Amino acid sequence: MTTSEAPAVAVRGLKKSYGNIEAVKGIDFEVRPGEVFGFLGPNGAGKTTTISMLCTLIRPTGGSAEVAGYDVVRDRDQVRRNIGLVFQDPTLDGYLSAEQNLRFHAELYGVPKNVVNERIKQVMEMVALWDRKDAKVMTFSGGMKRRLEIARGLLHSPRVLFLDEPTVGLDPQTRSAIWGYINKLRHTEDITIFMTTHYMEEAEYCDRIAIIDHGEIVVIDSPEALKASIGEDRVQIQTGDDEGAIAALKRRFDLDAAVREGVVTFAVPSGEEFVPRLFAELGVPIRSVSVSRPSLDDVFMNYTGSTIRDAEGESGASAWMRAMARR
Amino acid sequence: MATGVTSPGVVRVHVPGRSVKHDLRAIKIVLHRELLRFVNDRTRMISTLVQPVLWLFVMGTGLSTLVSRPNQGVDFRTFIYPGVIAMTVITTAMFSAGSIVWDREFGFLREMLVAPVSRAAIVIGKCLGGGIVATVQGVIILALAGLVHVPYSPTLILTLLCEMFLASVTITAFGVSLAARMKSMQSFFGIMQMAIMPMIFLSGAMFPLANLPGWLAFLTKINPLTYAVDPMRHAVFSHLDVSPQVVDALNPGVHWFGWHVPVMVELGIVALMGLALLGIAIAQFRRTD
Repeated sequence: MTTSEAPAVAVRGLKKSYGNIEAVKGIDFEVRPGEVFGFLGPNGAGKTTTISMLCTLIRPTGGSAEVAGYDVVRDRDQVRRNIGLVFQDPTLDGYLSAEQNLRFHAELYGVPKNVVNERIKQVMEMVALWDRKDAKVMTFSGGMKRRLEIARGLLHSPRVLFLDEPTVGLDPQTRSAIWGYINKLRHTEDITIFMTTHYMEEAEYCDRIAIIDHGEIVVIDSPEALKASIGEDRVQIQTGDDEGAIAALKRRFDLDAAVREGVVTFAVPSGEEFVPRLFAELGVPIRSVSVSRPSLDDVFMNYTGSTIRDAEGESGASAWMRAMARR
Repeated sequence: MATGVTSPGVVRVHVPGRSVKHDLRAIKIVLHRELLRFVNDRTRMISTLVQPVLWLFVMGTGLSTLVSRPNQGVDFRTFIYPGVIAMTVITTAMFSAGSIVWDREFGFLREMLVAPVSRAAIVIGKCLGGGIVATVQGVIILALAGLVHVPYSPTLILTLLCEMFLASVTITAFGVSLAARMKSMQSFFGIMQMAIMPMIFLSGAMFPLANLPGWLAFLTKINPLTYAVDPMRHAVFSHLDVSPQVVDALNPGVHWFGWHVPVMVELGIVALMGLALLGIAIAQFRRTD
């Protein structure tokens, strides 16, 4: 899996401002070769700005960044040669067939002629589009287009694959298919994956995640470590008297509880062990109880003081997507 | 570069550094795409033909009753034929250039801009592609020559093909330099209409350049398109069997302070202008994100 000792991405004091607005406020991080690194944050947190600087699309206003060992400002072409890109918005030619789109890419990136055909077939088979190779891209669904773009991003065997919100706007089935490809990739190709997302569920699949908010990195660690760092489980109870239950929790256990999503919710270390005491000592009838491990939602909440949904003002589309994903 | 361990059967591609060969491949594929788009888009092929055919047969026939004097021996349609060729080529070339705005709107431009190739390669590919497409479109008009009493002479066809190609590449370069930084198709077509119509009107495509009032003569002389249309007319007239007086009246050529500008100089002007516009287009393109 490993390539060299050098980090796949190394960022030092990277800044980008537009006029008076600082979109990215001097961030530092490193991505190890071969890992799947997630950049997590609400819309407008600076994710896309950062990824654009790493991909040489916009120039940083301060600091430096190296991708695959090359400086993003000084060795722009070398960086470009060694990265694959999948943007949020499609960048395919709808009038060309799927295969023609890939062929265009292969020529533009100078993929050696003797391997072009084989490589095109391989990446298209990976995303299960080989049987549609002659179809015009404009006849493809959104999910198929995204799959084709991932195949194209891999065509020239990049060292680092950048995925900017690769699953946004896709149906749950396609989303899980795309994660399937990403997981397969780490085993078949010698590649580092850098992705942005604002779906908490998806960040779980990453080896490490960086939480970015208001242009700053709040914390970087593995999802497990981040969840463990919170150390508390979430307990939700349904009672006949919510007010009484909240008061009792404060009085008897010194716990701060609140009604969230219609049930009394509070956080406590080792939730399962706490449940028997809860029934014995609360003194308010309990109809049901659920204990959950901390999620990345809780992590985000803990580090930024708001849920990712609140942070981006709960747009209709994302609320729907989340509802779909939660099923 | 470390190759690392990959699964059996996975083709690992090693992308070479920048070279002239790589740039040539990029030029070729951008050009190739231009041709593919043209071949796949029959509606466009037909719609860009409607206008010249209307000019040649409807306007040409209609106006010939008004302007043709029988003793001149030249049909008005024969006269405007080279102008109509120029018009076809110009419109097609501008459309090709405009596809850059289209590509921007639909995101494909980004795919080209992030590739590790020089922007010059992309622009050159685009201009050559636009040139070829416009020339092919012009061939259809060439095929109509017999209908307007222009002989199918191999030398004439070859000369016109070369002149058409030169004019198309120049116009595509002009179009690309306009389109490079435009954000919407509407504004491009607005600008295109604004630029193309006066240029065609003032090029002598529709009327002879002899005996014009001073101001109009001046405008035709500073119009670059004049130097693309005049050689085409010269080529057509040199293959017609007409009296010298008629040639003087209908094909006077371009004069600078009494000096008759030779065809080769005119073509040189178009070529130089093409190179300059190509340079501008590349510079414009380098500045886009």
